[in-house]
Amino acid sequence: MLTGLLGGALIGLAATVYLVATGRVAGVSGILAGALGGDRAARGERLAFLAGLVGAGLIAAVVAGPAAASPYSTPVLFVGGVLVGFGTRLGGGCTSGHGVCGISRLSIASLIATATFIAAGAATVAVATHVFGLGTAP
Amino acid sequence: MNRRTIAALVAGLMFGVGLVVSGMTDPRNVLGFLDVSGHWNPRLLAVMAGAVGVHATLLMLLARAAGGRGARLLPPRNNRVDRSLIVGAAIFGVGWGLSGYCPGPAIASLGLGGRTAFTFVAAMIVGVLAARLVRRRAPSGCDSP
Repeated sequence: MLTGLLGGALIGLAATVYLVATGRVAGVSGILAGALGGDRAARGERLAFLAGLVGAGLIAAVVAGPAAASPYSTPVLFVGGVLVGFGTRLGGGCTSGHGVCGISRLSIASLIATATFIAAGAATVAVATHVFGLGTAP
Repeated sequence: MNRRTIAALVAGLMFGVGLVVSGMTDPRNVLGFLDVSGHWNPRLLAVMAGAVGVHATLLMLLARAAGGRGARLLPPRNNRVDRSLIVGAAIFGVGWGLSGYCPGPAIASLGLGGRTAFTFVAAMIVGVLAARLVRRRAPSGCDSP
């Protein structure tokens, strides 16, 4: 739990650095969407942020070993990925944009969005694992 | 690279290290949080508390230090609660529950060499591009494309 709080604090600091440096909120789904299109001027900064994220993973792989895998099968993961990409764009944010940055800025919309995606996620896990027995693959 | 780009790179690195340290790049921690009827894992709440606590405090201090110019520090906030906000968040939640990944940890996991993360990120890009064909909502919490 302490590492959770500590890692979270680092995320909060990183979001502040990004906001102060670029004038934009550090929502990862929005940064990804912007890097895939959007205006040319900001694309470099977004790509740099994403490269930093991947770089942190590379460092962690060297220091602590490879990533833990998701327990879901490839087809389920693919459906999950499409829904996350689509839903975060339609709803204007993800766990970082709404959950961290939006709530920190006391946005009611972000608070409602966060409650909604946590509730939908919990309902999905309940049905997927306990009803359909998905997510038990190695 | 200009200073803004370097700062964005450093922010991405710190963000990613935060995700790894907090255990959020492990989908089992995320699914454990969402699995309220199983062995509930509250770790994600601690991560959110740490992130919101630090970010909100720093924003408040920065706004205070900037005085009258404080308002200009923050991009405008879209506080509109409409159908696309709720439907989009719900669709995202279903995908989150079917994977254990949200965008940040998934992209950081690419560096960790996660096999499942590659599948997920490729699919997520398909979803982002599909949303572009449907409609665009002005961002509320997020970086505006």
